[in-house]
Amino acid sequence: MTRTANLSIEFSDEQAMILASAKDFCRDKSDINAVRALLKSDTGFNSDVWNEMIALGWTGLCLPEQHGGSEMDIGATIPLVESMGRHLLSTPFISSTIAAQAIMRGGSEEQQAKWLPALAEGAIGTMALLDNEDWGATDTSCLLSTEGNNFALQGKKLLVNDAAVADFFVVLTKYQDSIALVIVEATQLAKNAISNRTLVDETKRAANVDFTGVTIESAAILAEGAEILPDVRLIGALLIAAEATGCAAAALDTVVDYLTTRKQFGRLIGSYQSLKHPTVEILIQMDSARTLIYHAATLIGDGKLSEDTEIACRMAKAQAAEALSFAGDRAVQFHGGMGFTYDCDAMLYIRRAQWSQHQYGDPQHHRKLLACLLLD
Amino acid sequence: MIEQQDIGNGELSDFRKGVVDWIKHNTPADPGFLLPQTFMEVGSEQVLSFLREWQHKVWSAGYLGMAWPKEYGGGGMPRIFQQIADEEMKKARVPICFNVIGLGWAGPLIIDTGTDFEKETYLKGILSGEDIWCQGFSEPNHGSDLGSIQTRAERDDNEYIINGSKIWTTMGNYAKYMILLARTDSQAERRYNGLSFFLAPMGAKGITTSPIQKLTGDYGFTETFFDDVRIPASCLMGEEGHGWRIAMQTLQYERGAEAGAAGGVAILSTVMNDLLRIAKDVQRDGEPLMQDPVTRDNLVKFLIEEQALYLAENRVKIPALCADYPNSVALSTKLRGTEFFRRMRQYALTLQGASSALYVGDEDAVEGGFWQRAYMNNFSTTIGGGTSQIQANIIGEHVLGLPKD
Repeated sequence: MTRTANLSIEFSDEQAMILASAKDFCRDKSDINAVRALLKSDTGFNSDVWNEMIALGWTGLCLPEQHGGSEMDIGATIPLVESMGRHLLSTPFISSTIAAQAIMRGGSEEQQAKWLPALAEGAIGTMALLDNEDWGATDTSCLLSTEGNNFALQGKKLLVNDAAVADFFVVLTKYQDSIALVIVEATQLAKNAISNRTLVDETKRAANVDFTGVTIESAAILAEGAEILPDVRLIGALLIAAEATGCAAAALDTVVDYLTTRKQFGRLIGSYQSLKHPTVEILIQMDSARTLIYHAATLIGDGKLSEDTEIACRMAKAQAAEALSFAGDRAVQFHGGMGFTYDCDAMLYIRRAQWSQHQYGDPQHHRKLLACLLLD
Repeated sequence: MIEQQDIGNGELSDFRKGVVDWIKHNTPADPGFLLPQTFMEVGSEQVLSFLREWQHKVWSAGYLGMAWPKEYGGGGMPRIFQQIADEEMKKARVPICFNVIGLGWAGPLIIDTGTDFEKETYLKGILSGEDIWCQGFSEPNHGSDLGSIQTRAERDDNEYIINGSKIWTTMGNYAKYMILLARTDSQAERRYNGLSFFLAPMGAKGITTSPIQKLTGDYGFTETFFDDVRIPASCLMGEEGHGWRIAMQTLQYERGAEAGAAGGVAILSTVMNDLLRIAKDVQRDGEPLMQDPVTRDNLVKFLIEEQALYLAENRVKIPALCADYPNSVALSTKLRGTEFFRRMRQYALTLQGASSALYVGDEDAVEGGFWQRAYMNNFSTTIGGGTSQIQANIIGEHVLGLPKD
């Protein structure tokens, strides 16, 4: 690697205000009892809280002004998503934001005019990308074929986030030999097309969705779907990284709480270096992830992602997933017998870690692609 | 003195061009022995005279002490010129300006708080490299705990009598002067109040030094003994009992928290780009090492860590992004940085295959055995100035609020 690393991090006063209000909002709306109360619910989120987020303008934050948005770039959502992770506040925000980016970046003017104002007002969109367990797959078996003047879909997508509440799906398909992204409305799905999965992270919801038999008009094919798909995946990776970073900080808080209150053998257990030093390591790993997500947020912008941005997003995702996995794992261990119970909040973090790890590619996937960018 | 804002960009870029040109024509040829990366690695007369000559050359050309007062051998110029010269010298990886305790610690202290006599006596020799300075803070058995200093300085008429010993004295056997912290009042209520700060002549009768051989096999530090050493009372800096305060100010220069250092390259750091350079042509299992997926994964892990480390310096400038654990990045920089370099240099050895068995002095050693030596020398940073384990305690207790042992 002979390239000079880009080391910029910027954060405007406006972003600082967003961060401050997001922190307050998420803390107030999503204390740990509220999180636990939603674990067994159907949708996994509190619709009153979701409506408040819409009313605050969060769903339109990085959409164009002409479509009801605030015209900030996607980097502005990073403080929001990090704060959501910090308080395990689950809503369809991340799913919808990624779907909105797909339409904003790859949609025609008509497609943008149709969907972006709806998204700003809280319509729920989600990406349907996976054929199987492989986030790195470059092909798909979900096929699009001509049917008269329209197009027919055939195939299933796995682990579609927030599928049960989605108003529409952005589906990765193949038309002849080319990748295409198409928009399918929930109302177009066959009965029983959505089959909910049992997830390791009970704060999240996902389903397999069968698109077989759905017919779409050509207007539902994103104008530049294939071109923007890599960028959309990177944006997805960055948002998950931001959420995971916040969650790692929450796990750290939980560990520190326990280490400063729990006594064993006559001492607070936080005084033992065998617990103290790995806890410092959680802090350091979380801090690195935090640095990297805000670096990526600085670079990302609205246009096509640069190579520096790609590097930043992949580094952020790899680091954040590692940080959260380590934090969740140690959080369970350091709570001793209590940590082995469902009642201990460490459970929430270790499960979230498991979920976050593979969303939009696991650390090894991103490092493999980084190697091509940095070593060759 | 010229104000910085009055300097035009044209003048600065002309100056930069001049520096680049000078470096091109004056950087010494490879001396045939491995040069030090830091001033703590000056272990032989051969290395010493090479570095002394180089520093003198830099100073004579006007690229050292540029912002120090003109009447004491400096350039009397705005600091920006020295910054530019340093940037270019660093970029060109020229040898270090080795008299670091003088250039970076004692010099700025004397300029800011010294008497005219002290400025007159000491500053020029620091810049020219004629007068080497060392530091006498740490003592055997006390590590970095300066509050426990036992070396005594007793006033006797116009002299102080020094008794005790210091350890980890960098270039103690070559130095002409030492910044010395010693106890003048053993009855002081608070143990920090009984300390005084001296600019002590190393040639005084009764001072002996004993070189310490490092794990690399090289020298660079001494243990320094004071046996009824008499030094003039005028060697006292500031007032008696103010030693702790002066020592703390000195450390501010060392950390760059307060400007004033004379300049020059103090440390040649290694970065991932250097490591990738040696991995390039290496074979493993009959194939280029750089095609091995495990090696690639490891290298990228290091690159991510390096990137996060350097980016953190920019993140701390944004208070909103440091609100949760305000001192976290600042207090963990030493731990993260030094441990990263230790692991990275250790990994550099594994990349060399069978050649990693070779050491400095073997003509086949990769880059002259640079990495073997650099890895071992790196322990001076994970141990010196508070071990990594102590750093982790400090972060745990001061950033996370965890209880003390």
